[in-house]
Amino acid sequence: SKLREKYLINSSQRDCRWYSVSNLSVKERIEKKRKAALLGGGQKRIDAQHKKGKLTARERVELLLDPESFVESDMFLEHRCSDFGMEQDKNKFPGDSVVTGRGRINGRLVYVFSQDFTVFGGSLSGAHAQKICKIMDQAMTVGAPVIGLNDSGGARIQEGVESLAGYADIFLRNVLASGVVPQISLIMGPCAGGAVYSPALTDFTFMVKDTSYLFITGPDVVKSVTNEDVTQEELGGAKTHTTVSGVAHRAFENDVEALLNLREFFNFLPLSNQDPAPIRECHDPNDRLVPALDTIVPFESTKAYDMLDIVHAIVDERDFFEIMPNYAKNIVVGFARMNGRTVGIVGNQPKVASGCLDINSSVKGARFVRFCDAFNIPIITFVDVPGFLPGTAQEYGGIIRHGAKLLYAFAEATVPKITVITRKAYGGAYDVMSSKHLRGDVNYAWPTAEVAVMGAKGAVQIIFRGKENQAEAEAEYVDKFANPFPAAVRGFVDDIIEPSTTRKKICRDLEVLASKKQVNPWKKHANIPL
Amino acid sequence: MASHGLSPSLNRLLLALKYATFQPRCCAVHKAHYSTVYNGNEKTFDKILIANRGEIACRVIKTCKKMGIQTVAVHSDVDSSAVHVKMADEAVCVGPAPTSKSYLNMDAIMDAIRSTGAQAVHPGYGFLSENKEFAKRLAAEGVTFIGPDTHAIQAMGDKIESKLIAKAAKVNTIPGFDGVVKTAEEAVKIAQDIGYPVMIKASAGGGGKGMRIAWNNEETREGFRFSSQEAASSFGDDRLLIEKYIDNPRHIEIQVLADKHGNALWLNERECSIQRRNQKVVEEAPSTFLDPSTRRAMGEQAVQLAKAVQYSSAGTVEFLVDSKKNFYFLEMNTRLQVEHPITECITGLDLVEQMIRVAKGYKLHHKQEDIPINGWAIESRVYAEDPYKSFGLPSIGRLSQYQEPVNLCNVRVDSGIQEGSDISIYYDPMISKLVTYGATRAEALSKMEDALDNYVIRGVTHNIPLLREIITHPRFISGDISTNFLPEVYPDGFKGHQLEASTRRELLASAAALHVASQLRSQRILGNQRVSNSPVECSCWELVVKLGKEAHPVTVTRSGNTYTVEVDGERVEVCGQWSLASPLLPLTINNTHRMLQSLSRDASGEIVLQYLGTSFKVRVLSKLAAELNSYMPEKVPEDTTSILRSPMPGTVVAVSVKAGDTVAEGQEICVIEAMKMQNSLTAVRQAKVKSVHCKAGETVGEGDLLVELE
Repeated sequence: SKLREKYLINSSQRDCRWYSVSNLSVKERIEKKRKAALLGGGQKRIDAQHKKGKLTARERVELLLDPESFVESDMFLEHRCSDFGMEQDKNKFPGDSVVTGRGRINGRLVYVFSQDFTVFGGSLSGAHAQKICKIMDQAMTVGAPVIGLNDSGGARIQEGVESLAGYADIFLRNVLASGVVPQISLIMGPCAGGAVYSPALTDFTFMVKDTSYLFITGPDVVKSVTNEDVTQEELGGAKTHTTVSGVAHRAFENDVEALLNLREFFNFLPLSNQDPAPIRECHDPNDRLVPALDTIVPFESTKAYDMLDIVHAIVDERDFFEIMPNYAKNIVVGFARMNGRTVGIVGNQPKVASGCLDINSSVKGARFVRFCDAFNIPIITFVDVPGFLPGTAQEYGGIIRHGAKLLYAFAEATVPKITVITRKAYGGAYDVMSSKHLRGDVNYAWPTAEVAVMGAKGAVQIIFRGKENQAEAEAEYVDKFANPFPAAVRGFVDDIIEPSTTRKKICRDLEVLASKKQVNPWKKHANIPL
Repeated sequence: MASHGLSPSLNRLLLALKYATFQPRCCAVHKAHYSTVYNGNEKTFDKILIANRGEIACRVIKTCKKMGIQTVAVHSDVDSSAVHVKMADEAVCVGPAPTSKSYLNMDAIMDAIRSTGAQAVHPGYGFLSENKEFAKRLAAEGVTFIGPDTHAIQAMGDKIESKLIAKAAKVNTIPGFDGVVKTAEEAVKIAQDIGYPVMIKASAGGGGKGMRIAWNNEETREGFRFSSQEAASSFGDDRLLIEKYIDNPRHIEIQVLADKHGNALWLNERECSIQRRNQKVVEEAPSTFLDPSTRRAMGEQAVQLAKAVQYSSAGTVEFLVDSKKNFYFLEMNTRLQVEHPITECITGLDLVEQMIRVAKGYKLHHKQEDIPINGWAIESRVYAEDPYKSFGLPSIGRLSQYQEPVNLCNVRVDSGIQEGSDISIYYDPMISKLVTYGATRAEALSKMEDALDNYVIRGVTHNIPLLREIITHPRFISGDISTNFLPEVYPDGFKGHQLEASTRRELLASAAALHVASQLRSQRILGNQRVSNSPVECSCWELVVKLGKEAHPVTVTRSGNTYTVEVDGERVEVCGQWSLASPLLPLTINNTHRMLQSLSRDASGEIVLQYLGTSFKVRVLSKLAAELNSYMPEKVPEDTTSILRSPMPGTVVAVSVKAGDTVAEGQEICVIEAMKMQNSLTAVRQAKVKSVHCKAGETVGEGDLLVELE
């Protein structure tokens, strides 16, 4: 309501000299339209939205952006449908079912669209799509991220193909903007059918627990086609997409928490691919020693530890924004800062499935690495990987193809790449995890590192097949290979470092690598094994 | 401007000066704990093996280093990178994690002694410290046991025998008598003869383990069962004794020190009345309760007892003291006590050094009249445990951040852990012994407040909230304490610090200011041309701070590092450096220095602050966010009356119910053993058991589902 008053004051203060006498009514009409636009689908629907525990499109925008920074566009734009009674005045809503514009998050520019569920259930009309496309085009022109707040029942059925065209227009822009400006989707209500592909094309998809759904076809259609009984929540709720499908990157408790977290997340991102990773004022000393790291890797190489403990201890202020924390947990990815500068963290998680690489973790890691590379964010990789997960499920599922994605992503990346081998780096997985051979800039090994083709037991069984004294041979193998020396003497790791000095060393390296320039050969686009 | 340019270097100079003067002073203070100077000409041992772990092993090693003695640490495999292992000159692994296979594994320890050529063994406390078998085996191989003779260990180790000896030595003993108890019914009969209340305890035990108090026949039977089980598992000896329980007593003990030449001293008392479940939490020396004549009487009786068993080395005679200053012999601990540092603080003696000297056969240097009471010392036992559950249930975890307040003067921290250490289910959950010292009790207490506020522990739940409440409680300050202090002061269990209006305002203001400081920092993007240069900082922040269920509207204005916060109609000025990386948050609130700790801060406005020892969770939102937040649905937490979760990590010893059983309120459902304590989990209401999710022998984590009720 405060927002509304502000607009009214602004409009009433406007100098009227330019209007002719007859245009006095125009002024009134402007005010009326503005007032209507601010109310969206009307108070009743706003109340209904609140009752569902959801905020309105405008409330969301206001909470997401810095106070008074929102500059709205196309507030007067209306849908153009004339069928099924849609042409009647009561079915016209200024601004239609989406609020668009630009604003700032902690002073940094961002373009936003927020679908308004109170107007035709947030359904996508040609006009709705046009508004989104307009701000996306502007975002591309100036180089600023786009945030979409999705809350839409789907296509505006009354408009038919015009609505479909609208989707496609948005999809095209999503694709063109990909790798140019960061795109983030926050699903805050339903998002079904074709509509899901816009979030799917963006860099990050976040969801609100209990109130948001993403699916191609809803439970009713599923029931009629496959005879499966499934609830909306099970089919496409936040839990499903953040743990099972990997479609969404994170879920938050409610609208307010989601928007506040989105602000925090935004702080990590550069504005475009032409901007460097942001450097925020940092209070954590860059030369801080972390004695806890000297004892974190257990002596038995089969014993697990939590890679997140390492990450938290090394990064600024223990502040780590994890991406996909509940999906493919055998790899950890997310954003943090080192001496204020945003970095992407990738780490094998020994706590889950021994930190092995499988289909899901490879894809999760690859997508994250490519985002970092596209947006000038240095990548720090912590390696403790026993290899790729064996088995028919993995082979039939195409682990070769999917594992190649992670390999591809690391190899292709030209941003600063720093790698720390904390323990195991076995087999092909060693190569994959940002190894020196894939143009790693600085590759460190902790004293506990073991770089080898495989674990001692397996290796001995092959080398000394059928021979006696397997135990002795195993001990010899351990002595030879279960340490950082074989890699260090060949220059495959640059140094063996005390774990407690890791933070200090990485901060120093990042400073040097800030001016790194590396260009891949010219190509129309690369052909990642999809 | 010029002066501004100078200030960093000036600052550094000032810092250097401060450091230069600060450092030696601190060292001097540290030395002040021991007024006796070590005599380097007195040859003792070349190499000592310390058959212990944790803080006491480190403590012994420190004195050995001072005396130029080589040290050997023994350790279990999980302890291979523990502090005591790093401190020692040599280390030997004596087995896997369970104590029975490592620190109690005599064969392995004997091997370690042989392989390292250690001439003597310091057993610390616990483990093998009062094990006569161990002492015998050492003697057989000609290795010196740094402690009393086998004879004294045996005599005093058995509670029944020790009482007989004490009586004979004219030491006051507890009324009622005792014998070995074999069955529950026998226990009941003895209890009735003595008269309730009675105490049932393990004959071989100490330190409160295997000890139960019974007020009626029913409780006697239950107590008998538990105590005999615990006695069997902890000491391998299930004999029990029953004696008259003295209600509301104080627990005061006398430190004695004796040599092998018939000389014995009493080194004054330690007041150890603050206990939970018969385990000490806060100790002090001297006691506020004793007058010089009682002190002398107790001291002399303690020395009589020591002489009666030809005691040598350091030992402790424990007494119960009733409200009329009658004292009764409880038991004698034939080892170095956990709480020995406070005696060292007030007497200036290094007890470990004295033990080593005595073991080598030297005579005591001191006469009784040489033993002073210099000032006052307080010890807080900092434990990894949750004080909100029965004053402390064990918690485990990894110390992700750990900073001892050793930069403060007159603070001594005895610990055996460091940042990154694991607190595991295998061993005692003690993190450290925090000792503060002062010329007066008030000084020592105020130092303890500072020390607790400056102590950074992250990664495990700890009992600092409880410790700080105890040492600031009016009853404790006035010295009006007994062993029932905790249950009397907190009849409904410990609930953390209770805020008053003014302290609540301070907390809310600090949280609001921290929130604004962090928001402002988010706007400071370095070297980025694309950040709006129109000023974004508003002059006045309108916020809502939620503490518990109450929401407090707050306005904040900033001037440099000072935030002026209007809260609940009052103005609070909060000033600080606002480092958002440091766990400590030193603030000046309305001109009073306060050390807060920042435990966590998240994007949704949640801030957890440690303030006055207790951690408080608040949520700071902008006025707009708070308004909008009112539309957010409350998510219903799960119903906890129908599910039983493990309150701590441990092992399931017994499951007393099966699915389909009906349990009455208070009926035992299962027993969890953690850190050698058995805990009976009972039904909170009458219900039918829906499902059982655990079985005996299983290891469970904190919060694991054990049993579901219908």
